[in-house]
Amino acid sequence: MTNSPAADPANSPQATDQATGPATDPATPSTATQPPAPPRRTPLTGVHEKLGASLTDFAGWLMPLRYGSETAEHTAVRTAAGLFDLSHMGEFAVTGPDAAASLDYALTGEPSALRPGRARYTMICAENGGILDDLIVYRLADEEFLVVANAANAAVVGAALADRIQGRDAQVSDRTDDYALIAIQGPRAAAILANLTSADLAAVKYYASYPAQVAGREVLLARTGYTGEDGFEIFAAPDDAEHLWAELSRAGAADGLVPAGLAARDTLRLEAGMPLYGNELSADLTPFDAGLGRVVKLDKPGDFVGRRALAERAQAAPQRQLVGLTSQSRRVPRHGYAVLWDGQPCGVVTSGAPSPTLGVPIAMAYVRPDVTVAASNSGPGTGRLAVDVRGTAEPATLVELPFYRRPA
Amino acid sequence: MTVPSELYYTPEHEWVALNGATASVGITDHAQRALGDVVFVSAPTTGSRVTAGEPCGEVESTKSVSDLYSPVDGEVTEVNPEIDDDPGLVNSDPYGAGWLFRVHLDDTDGEVPPGLLSAAEYAALTKEEE
Repeated sequence: MTNSPAADPANSPQATDQATGPATDPATPSTATQPPAPPRRTPLTGVHEKLGASLTDFAGWLMPLRYGSETAEHTAVRTAAGLFDLSHMGEFAVTGPDAAASLDYALTGEPSALRPGRARYTMICAENGGILDDLIVYRLADEEFLVVANAANAAVVGAALADRIQGRDAQVSDRTDDYALIAIQGPRAAAILANLTSADLAAVKYYASYPAQVAGREVLLARTGYTGEDGFEIFAAPDDAEHLWAELSRAGAADGLVPAGLAARDTLRLEAGMPLYGNELSADLTPFDAGLGRVVKLDKPGDFVGRRALAERAQAAPQRQLVGLTSQSRRVPRHGYAVLWDGQPCGVVTSGAPSPTLGVPIAMAYVRPDVTVAASNSGPGTGRLAVDVRGTAEPATLVELPFYRRPA
Repeated sequence: MTVPSELYYTPEHEWVALNGATASVGITDHAQRALGDVVFVSAPTTGSRVTAGEPCGEVESTKSVSDLYSPVDGEVTEVNPEIDDDPGLVNSDPYGAGWLFRVHLDDTDGEVPPGLLSAAEYAALTKEEE
């Protein structure tokens, strides 16, 4: 039994190497001859080891892939709650009188329009409009923002932010090592958390954040997530991480809370139709390609990095469209497989997995816009739309994203 | 990780149980752990011929897909009928209820087919990989 190269579990969830910073610059080849650094540990890696997790090197961090069955972890998040260690995420503080204006210039969104205590999903793009990373920006105070970046892109984001605020009265500092990040996600998340905090959770709206005490520790509590469920992300001091993890686990045990790894996180976000950098997002694509043009605030005042290219792209006819596919075959479309229309390549799968919730394989793919029109018109079951699964055309059906929406 | 001593193994993480001219085949505990939850097994069909070292099926898990290689030469006489409905048997009982197919061996001289590893050799191999 041998893994096919297109779907090596070591790459899954797709740890991206696409972050092109100084380390991959041909002018600095010295890194190639040095042995790779051992992956970094989070404040909770020891806890995961005690729990018997399968650990994997993800973007340079030793992270839990699964604790037992990733399908059971996925289902627990959909029906009860799951606990995630996200301490590998990059955190950058942007502070100072010009912090808001600096971020308006550096990012595609308009953080200056956020009220303190609110957060927004946004992107950081290159001058040519290519996506460097997708981010969540929290406004903590008038002159204080927290930018959360993907681990694989943290160095690129940090460098770009530092570069883009030059000449302004603002500072960027890398706070990744100052925060442990624990997410509790699922329909029971709020009820479980309520046992450990006097904070009024009903007042913490989706994409809001505020300082709170959880299990006696000062944290930043945010109602954000990457699973398609209600839930919270808890930014805490690294020294408090084990205490919080233990208290949350204890408080949630009766409600079915389980620790959940990156494998479940990937299938949860895929069902929820959420893009993953390195799969749906890359430096070769703009937010418009990914159907996320709404994060580009072309009407905000002042210039921002990528404005000209993105304004052009907003007017241009799209060359590709991000779509959802389901398969009636049990063979799973995987990252990199070709999408076929009448047997001819018309796109590529960016993410695919057997969906625990739907019970069939699901995938996101970039396809030619004329094909999405034709496939919508011709309806399912014609067999004209297919995915090349290792040499066999497996019929696929075009579906609306997301694959899963939580019950209201 | 368990490596039953009475079985033989391939470097590609299949196991073989020899019983006269019949070989039962599955994937190892090491393999099912590395794969994660198995969601679909495409096994060779009854009556088909398999050749040692040649791909004869696929194992799909949540995160990946792997080729299944036949450890022996012969004709497939039986495919585990439970696996289609419950591929999770490969995870929960890889050496028992999770067996995949049986082969009538071409060579029935009583010798162990060539190229197979003993339990000790396989355990050493997987230890190297870890």
